Amino acid sequence: MELFKNILKRKSSREIAKDRLKILLISDRVNCSPEMMEMIKNDIAKVISKYMKIDTKSMEIQITKTSSKGRALKNPTLYANIPILDLKQ
Amino acid sequence: MSEVIVVTSGKGGVGKTTTSANVGTGLAAMGKKVLLIDTDIGLRNLDVVMGLESRIVYNLVDVVEGNCRIKQALVRDKRYPTLFLLPSAQTRDKSAVNPAQMVKMITHLRDQFDYIILDCPAGIEQGFQNAIAGADRALVVTTPEVSSIRDADRIIGLLEANEIGKIDLIINRIRFDMIKRGDMMSSDDVVDILSIPLIGLVPDDENVVIATNQGEPVVGSNTLAGEAYQNICHRVNGKEVPFIDFERGISFWTRISGIFHRS
Repeated sequence: MELFKNILKRKSSREIAKDRLKILLISDRVNCSPEMMEMIKNDIAKVISKYMKIDTKSMEIQITKTSSKGRALKNPTLYANIPILDLKQ
Repeated sequence: MSEVIVVTSGKGGVGKTTTSANVGTGLAAMGKKVLLIDTDIGLRNLDVVMGLESRIVYNLVDVVEGNCRIKQALVRDKRYPTLFLLPSAQTRDKSAVNPAQMVKMITHLRDQFDYIILDCPAGIEQGFQNAIAGADRALVVTTPEVSSIRDADRIIGLLEANEIGKIDLIINRIRFDMIKRGDMMSSDDVVDILSIPLIGLVPDDENVVIATNQGEPVVGSNTLAGEAYQNICHRVNGKEVPFIDFERGISFWTRISGIFHRS
């Protein structure tokens, strides 16, 4: 599937390198595999979905060492970006 | 007002020693009093890059073990009178020195110099711990390749955990022709991934190899890498200098060499 996407889109090796590194570093930084991140993401989505309608397809979770202002944080922090489709449910 | 800077990268062969030599020389050329310390015990190289290998009498381990006074071990540079090298030992290994001894030695030396630059060994073991122990700030060297960026990220994490106050990034061996083709990550890509401030961009320039062959620094010479290192020195020294527009640089040099090829 990934291979087909690459052929269709003709991703440059630069883009491939950048995408691979981004995924790799997330797991390096927290000692947590991409599979586990995916599981955390699905669990968060499940819990929030009980209370409001969210866009599970475009939600993102990320573990970073820098704050939104670019300053270094002492502890790694989990950021979740979850678009809400409907508050009332 | 002295500053202790560690030059580190995690991965080997990305240009730590070349960076140390050129930043140290560049700062000395600005009239600063600079001490370069090679902390790679067992694999010393900074001396040969600086062209000072024949002048070594004592080394870092001799100083730490008290076999000589610190002054006796410092090698004066042949070009700049305010530049000194403390070479590493070639016949010992990293366990010959510990972080506490490094801190003690640097505390003793720091008020005699404007800058102390520590050339760190590759890896994250004791040699790395020794090199960062006494440092105020770090220059992290990486190339635009996945392996060295991954290692740089790990190193940045360790530097932050060790509370190194200021961590800046140098991207070395940039190939602008490859970036143009979309086959190499650009400086923006690398900064985006590592998210630390950028302090230098050094192009992949054959003049670095030529200068190293001769044991001469490239900084300050009329080459792309020479200009890049010169700019890093200004920035380390607190002066804001714009990053070179290398595309213009390349076309300029191609034009010049084109003239010579024609004649």
